[in-house]
Amino acid sequence: MNAINLFRTIALFLALMLGATPAAQAQVADAELTVLVDALAPGNFKDREAAIGTLAATGDQRAVPVLEVLLEGELYVDEASGKVVMTAEPGGKGAITDPVTGAELPALTTAGLDKVKVNNGLRRVLRTAIGQMTLLSPDADVRLLAAQSILRDADPAQSKLLDSAIAAETDAAIRRVMEQARAAIVLRSPDAALADWQAAVPVVQAIGGRDAINALTTALNTAPAEVKPLIETALQGLSRDRAVWDVAQNIWFGISLGSVLLLAAIGLAITFGVMGVINMAHGEMVMLGAYTTFVVQEVIRQNAPGLFDWSLAIALPLAFAVTALVGVAIERGIIRFLYGRPLETLLATWGLSLIIQQAVQRIFTANIREVGNPTWMSGSFDLGGLAITWNRFYIVIFAMMVFVALLLVLKYTAIGLHMRAVTQNRRMASAMGIRTPLVDAMTFGLGSGIAGLAGVALSQIGNVSPNLGQGYIIDSFMVVVFGGVGNLWGTLVGALTLGVANKFIEPYFGAVLGKIIILVLIILFIQRRPRGLFALKGRSIEA
Amino acid sequence: MTDKTGTMLYLDGVSVAFDGFKAINNLSIIVHPAEMLAIIGPNGAGKTTMMDIITGKTRPDDGQVLFDGRTDLTKLDEAAIANLGIGRKFQKPTVFESHTVWDNIEMALKKPRGVFATLFYAASTADNARISEILETVRLLNRKHELAADLSHGQKQWLEIGMLLAQDPKLLLVDEPVAGMTDAETVETAKLLREIAKTRSVVVVEHDMSFVRELGSRVTCLAEGSVLAEGTLDQVSANPVVIERYLGR
Amino acid sequence: MITQALFRALDKKAIWIVAILLAVAIAVPLSNLMLPDGHPLRLPNYAVPLFGKYLTFAMLALALDLVWGYCGILSLGHGAFFAIGGYAMGMYLMRQIGTRGVYANPVLPDFMVFLNWKELPWYWYGMDNFWIAMLMVVLVPGLLAFVFGFLAFRSRVTGVYLSIITQAMTYALLLAFFRNDMGFGGNNGLTDFKDILGQSISAPTTRAALFAASAIALALAVLACSMIVNSKLGKVMVAVRDAESRTRFLGYRVEYVKLFAFVVSAVIAGIAGALYVPQVGIINPSEFDPANSIEVVIWTAVGGRGTIVGPIIGGILVNVGKSYFTGAFPEYWLFALGALFVVVTLFMPKGIVGLIGQYRRATTKREQHDRTASAEAEAGIEPTNQPKPAE
Repeated sequence: MNAINLFRTIALFLALMLGATPAAQAQVADAELTVLVDALAPGNFKDREAAIGTLAATGDQRAVPVLEVLLEGELYVDEASGKVVMTAEPGGKGAITDPVTGAELPALTTAGLDKVKVNNGLRRVLRTAIGQMTLLSPDADVRLLAAQSILRDADPAQSKLLDSAIAAETDAAIRRVMEQARAAIVLRSPDAALADWQAAVPVVQAIGGRDAINALTTALNTAPAEVKPLIETALQGLSRDRAVWDVAQNIWFGISLGSVLLLAAIGLAITFGVMGVINMAHGEMVMLGAYTTFVVQEVIRQNAPGLFDWSLAIALPLAFAVTALVGVAIERGIIRFLYGRPLETLLATWGLSLIIQQAVQRIFTANIREVGNPTWMSGSFDLGGLAITWNRFYIVIFAMMVFVALLLVLKYTAIGLHMRAVTQNRRMASAMGIRTPLVDAMTFGLGSGIAGLAGVALSQIGNVSPNLGQGYIIDSFMVVVFGGVGNLWGTLVGALTLGVANKFIEPYFGAVLGKIIILVLIILFIQRRPRGLFALKGRSIEA
Repeated sequence: MTDKTGTMLYLDGVSVAFDGFKAINNLSIIVHPAEMLAIIGPNGAGKTTMMDIITGKTRPDDGQVLFDGRTDLTKLDEAAIANLGIGRKFQKPTVFESHTVWDNIEMALKKPRGVFATLFYAASTADNARISEILETVRLLNRKHELAADLSHGQKQWLEIGMLLAQDPKLLLVDEPVAGMTDAETVETAKLLREIAKTRSVVVVEHDMSFVRELGSRVTCLAEGSVLAEGTLDQVSANPVVIERYLGR
Repeated sequence: MITQALFRALDKKAIWIVAILLAVAIAVPLSNLMLPDGHPLRLPNYAVPLFGKYLTFAMLALALDLVWGYCGILSLGHGAFFAIGGYAMGMYLMRQIGTRGVYANPVLPDFMVFLNWKELPWYWYGMDNFWIAMLMVVLVPGLLAFVFGFLAFRSRVTGVYLSIITQAMTYALLLAFFRNDMGFGGNNGLTDFKDILGQSISAPTTRAALFAASAIALALAVLACSMIVNSKLGKVMVAVRDAESRTRFLGYRVEYVKLFAFVVSAVIAGIAGALYVPQVGIINPSEFDPANSIEVVIWTAVGGRGTIVGPIIGGILVNVGKSYFTGAFPEYWLFALGALFVVVTLFMPKGIVGLIGQYRRATTKREQHDRTASAEAEAGIEPTNQPKPAE
């Protein structure tokens, strides 16, 4: 029911979108059509069959939904007036509408409705009629949709109709779908000719994907013995394809995880690069960013629900501002007093992370909070054999945007220049008149702000809780260790490599063991390159 | 520069680059046993990087570094090179500040360096005598129980020279030994180094020209990572290129 | 050689600590077992294993101090060695349950029966023997530290890098021990112990004995650490901490020095863990939590790192505080702990011992000042901004 509704909507939508040449379409006047539709109700099944034939003969596409509804047994007749109607909900409930105009008929009540009955013979007639109307429709899009629908159902009853449609079809792409549909039907007809079987298998194989695998696997039982090896080869080919798509899917998951890691790690990488300190409260900055999103959404929900789809756009700058301010406060309040003592900094920021977590827990309670996805971030789409969810997709895009933005900031702004200078040689930079304390504070603010952005992104793929950040902190450090310090590209490559590696190891060893293996690999990796993939070189670095 | 036998230190065609910047460029230097070589040159000439290469801190991209005519130093790490008998004094005096003067020398004293040998080490009378003797030489005997951190800059220089002596190396690399010393101390240091160079090879890097003159040794002038001029101090300082690039007019 | 080294280790301070610990090892069991109930000096039953636990924590802090305070290696994964030692002891205790378990399987611990395992995994063999188990308590943490340290120190991973890698190590172990198929009881860990060396584990005498064992083990650890840090190797360790590359140029193999300290420290931590488990009655994967390991760091820091007595004071004090706080104001404990981290690093980097030292120096200074104003300059008093010498 839903599928068909959707199908209908899409057909209509496409027709509107493409401005589908109305002139080419057979269309009769509303009144005339109404008479024909009303004729579906009276008499016996024989009369009804004739009425269906007449209605289909008009070629008016508006008749298609009527026939489809009749096929489902959901077409009604008003006992008193003899008018044929549809109802908004199945079972003769909900608003009553005119099947031709779609207008509501408030005068009628559901109590006075009678179902227009159909039997199996009539259903066959209906399917053929619908098939004819759509498969032979002058509108190419309608034909394509009809062919796809038949391909899905693979109803042997449609076989003859399909043959004539194929003969008449001029559009190669549509004909291919029709041929695939016919092949799929052949696979369902055990008594089809051997030659048909042999021709059908490669055509179905060409459809690809799980549908083809399912169709062929089912056919394996009923197929003539001679065709079975053919089907098996086809299945092997298909599962190879499937394996390739699975790899692609893993790569996608890996990239998606890598982007999350990149978002979480990149702020850490710049603070570590510039100041040589590790901010153990970095994960808490991520968490604060996520809670900012939560608060923004709560405020919107209560005050302006219409703005909900804009909640992330509002949350991003706010999250950046909040966490950047907290970051600067931490730097000015604590870290600057520990300059030159990176291990102590690590401990102090760890203490801070405990305090921040506890504070958030007291304000928002320890409960998991759910942050909603705006409509444009929910759902998924298919890309070849990949299923890609919109939220992950946008996070990948977002991570890349943040990365590029950061690159530009480092490359083309004064503060970026200063940060790079301090990263390379703090003493020299200071001697050149760069105010290193200011650079430190800005760096810390920037790094924390990016963590806040990461928090907004993370709130879209998981729940928000006070210990949200902790789950990412070790992974982020691993990215920094692996990628090397002082080079954003290292962080990018590190994050994506770790993300993809994780997702490739996971299916074989499970998530937990996969994580352990990654950690061990990183420890082994730093044997070869203690300073990471992209290490700065030079005398000033060591010491 | 082909004869490697009979050399204490042999650098041939050594190059190293940091991210594209050639810190050392095709550098070739020879030091013979019981010979002193003074190296001068402007900042950034690659003097310290050269020492880093010899002591194993930096690996050259290219070239040969041989010790005692046969040991390839580019294959060894710092500790192994130190144990071969190469001692180094740093430009910035680096002594162990939380240890006493005595302990600094004791740690440098030529003794087995293994973990367990050190764990069960007990100073013999001979060791103590040797430490006292060295402290006497560097004039820190009366401060032997004080922390190295409390020494003046010049005293730290002396202490580091003392540590160098305690290591009993065959080759000494001395980076700016007289920075922070009084004139009298400078003269003393020169005297001490000349004394050492009677039995060992010494490479001294220094900016202080009067000190270099005091050393009275062969002089090599480096610039931009390679040798600019060689000879006696008078020869080198008369060299027009050296005057142009380093000494100034 | 060894006796000489031992003799040197017994400087005045170490003797005092060892003497106090031995006195405690005798006094606490005596007070608990001999004095009648209600006597003002009698230690209640619950307090004995609690104090025993503090002693094992102190030992863990001392182990960390050996690598961090003396050798400059900030390990954020020492809890892992502690936990492994604990698991080894736990395995022994599990095997002692025998048929008294819920499933009454004479060989398999309950959780294995529950998981439908048919036989004992190979690494459980022999763990019913106390001495083999004790060997594992020492061996496994030592071996892990050796392999890990060898890889890390050889490739010169230092500073915060090393800290993070050690944290990753304990995190990886945390994940691993949560898995049921590791064969260590998964989430629940090992518990429901019945007896140790044939004695009921909950009997007051056993608990008193475990307490005494903890105090003696801590005293031995103090001796060992004191011997190491007072040897020439100890001086080299401090040299590595203060100027690692300079030490290399003197010809010392810094990686081996660090490795030695790391392994010894891991072994001490493992023994501490083994003593901890029978006194608290459970070992589970949460002991591997990175947060636990980092908490050990603060114990050491509070007491004063780079000293032998500091981590012992810190380990006991912070944990007594924790017991009090989590009882009285549970919701504020983590605030307090977080604040402790910040305050100690900012205002008392040398910990309590450092503060006492400062106070003492200040007083002696004042006395000297009173005597002769000019003598002070000659005396070469340490400037306060210099690193404190290793004791």
